[in-house]
Amino acid sequence: MADEKKKSKRPVPRMDEESKPFWEACARHELYVQKCRTCNTVFYYPRAFCPEDLSKDFDWLKCSGKGMVYTFTITRQNQSSGFRNKVPYVMAYVELEEGVRMLTNIVDCDPETVTIGMPVEVTFDDMAPEISVPLFKPAA
Amino acid sequence: MSMSRKAALAGVYEHPLRWAPHKTQYQIMAESARGALEDAGLNIKDVNGLCTSGVGGMGIIALAEHLNLNPDFLDSNSIGGSSFVSHTAHAAAAIAAGYCDVALILYGSKWSSDRFAIGTGGGGSGDPPEQFEGCYGPTTVGDYALTAQRHMHEFGTTSEQLAEIAVTTRKHASLNPNAKFRDLITVDDVLASREVSSPLHLLDCCMISDGGGALVVTSAERARDLKKKPVYIMSAAEACSHTSAGMRDLTDAAAKQSGPKAMERAGVSHADFDMAMIYDSFTITVCVTLESLGFCEKGEGGSFVQNGRIGLGGELPINTDGGGLSSNHPGMRGIFLVIEAVKQLRGECGERQVKDCQLALCHGTGGTLGLRHSGASLVLGM
Repeated sequence: MADEKKKSKRPVPRMDEESKPFWEACARHELYVQKCRTCNTVFYYPRAFCPEDLSKDFDWLKCSGKGMVYTFTITRQNQSSGFRNKVPYVMAYVELEEGVRMLTNIVDCDPETVTIGMPVEVTFDDMAPEISVPLFKPAA
Repeated sequence: MSMSRKAALAGVYEHPLRWAPHKTQYQIMAESARGALEDAGLNIKDVNGLCTSGVGGMGIIALAEHLNLNPDFLDSNSIGGSSFVSHTAHAAAAIAAGYCDVALILYGSKWSSDRFAIGTGGGGSGDPPEQFEGCYGPTTVGDYALTAQRHMHEFGTTSEQLAEIAVTTRKHASLNPNAKFRDLITVDDVLASREVSSPLHLLDCCMISDGGGALVVTSAERARDLKKKPVYIMSAAEACSHTSAGMRDLTDAAAKQSGPKAMERAGVSHADFDMAMIYDSFTITVCVTLESLGFCEKGEGGSFVQNGRIGLGGELPINTDGGGLSSNHPGMRGIFLVIEAVKQLRGECGERQVKDCQLALCHGTGGTLGLRHSGASLVLGM
């Protein structure tokens, strides 16, 4: 039974040298994006340079954790082992208050109640000792 | 350097099978090669350029080995379903540059009989962005559905309008003896089919089939001495689109970058096209691609596809073979866009022939609209 439960987990993100600070912050239940010091571009997903000007001079910007649903889909069929038993679930792009859009899941609500523009806030799924995945739920 | 009319498609072949568990992938490619070379009136020993995709990292060398070829030009550019549209452009450029004389473009797949869950399976690429996506359960259908939902929200596009694309495409398939699904459907049938990933229904999605095909590209000069009327490669352009560091407008496709460039390079505009082959992985793909190519304003794709405009006899007939929605979709479909356009331009399409077809546009989309994808536009003319 334990094996069965393990199998039904979402895939653990593979942290790399570029994304380590991001995932370390997530493990503390903090969400960060990056902002270039040279051109002020805010960007997501995390990387070791600004994708606008390739500058390595950037700040990690702590997010408010608030945003709104930019678009979403209620997935009713997914054969892969981590999600077969999770359908229906909501995959969405959330537009953060900081301006960037991130792919995520909307949780802690009936999938049928999710709408574009709905205010949401971050929550974390502690799925491995060093990995907590940022998800979003309806804003309180 | 303009490549306009320097190279031509001299032979094409679409493998008739949609279910081929008794054949190998490379066998499907060899049979397709035989068909296209016969169509052109050429021999396998005339071939000195080879293009393919869907065979693994260095599979093109094994393919050359399987066919006992030693080509001077090799291209296994893999940008998803649009790969073969880009191969056609690359082959034309290689021929214009003198790198090869006769290029053979091949595709074969058994994704249906191998039970490959391309639309609703998981599986990560291992590329950098994957760690920010795979944990959220993306599927091919789901990724496109993200675009569909946003398009409906911003522009009021309806499921009924998207269904119109599936209905028209099925009507075309009913006129193609090789198409897999030939029974007519209605808008209500599409809406009543189960929702796979909202707002996309089963009949908004392309099928998964087995199959393959082949194209023969040679110089315009040589093509004029061959069996069939040459179909000239007028121009091409490629592009890609992705999450743009978190700022992407999901209702735009890479076609917005490649389409206008291809048309400008050929010196043609929208009204000049007699038909178009638009990659139809999903109904929303067609809607967004038509907008991005500029056949209508952004947001108007839903109304554009209504009232018979994209059907045979309409203003812009598209996917006259029945498309991926109804004819075949063995994982990637770019090669069939070119095959059908060539047959239409030659006037070989029988019941589904577009009258006086002189100019056609092929546009391939590879990957997903919701995450990242490539676009390849190709203008073909007589």
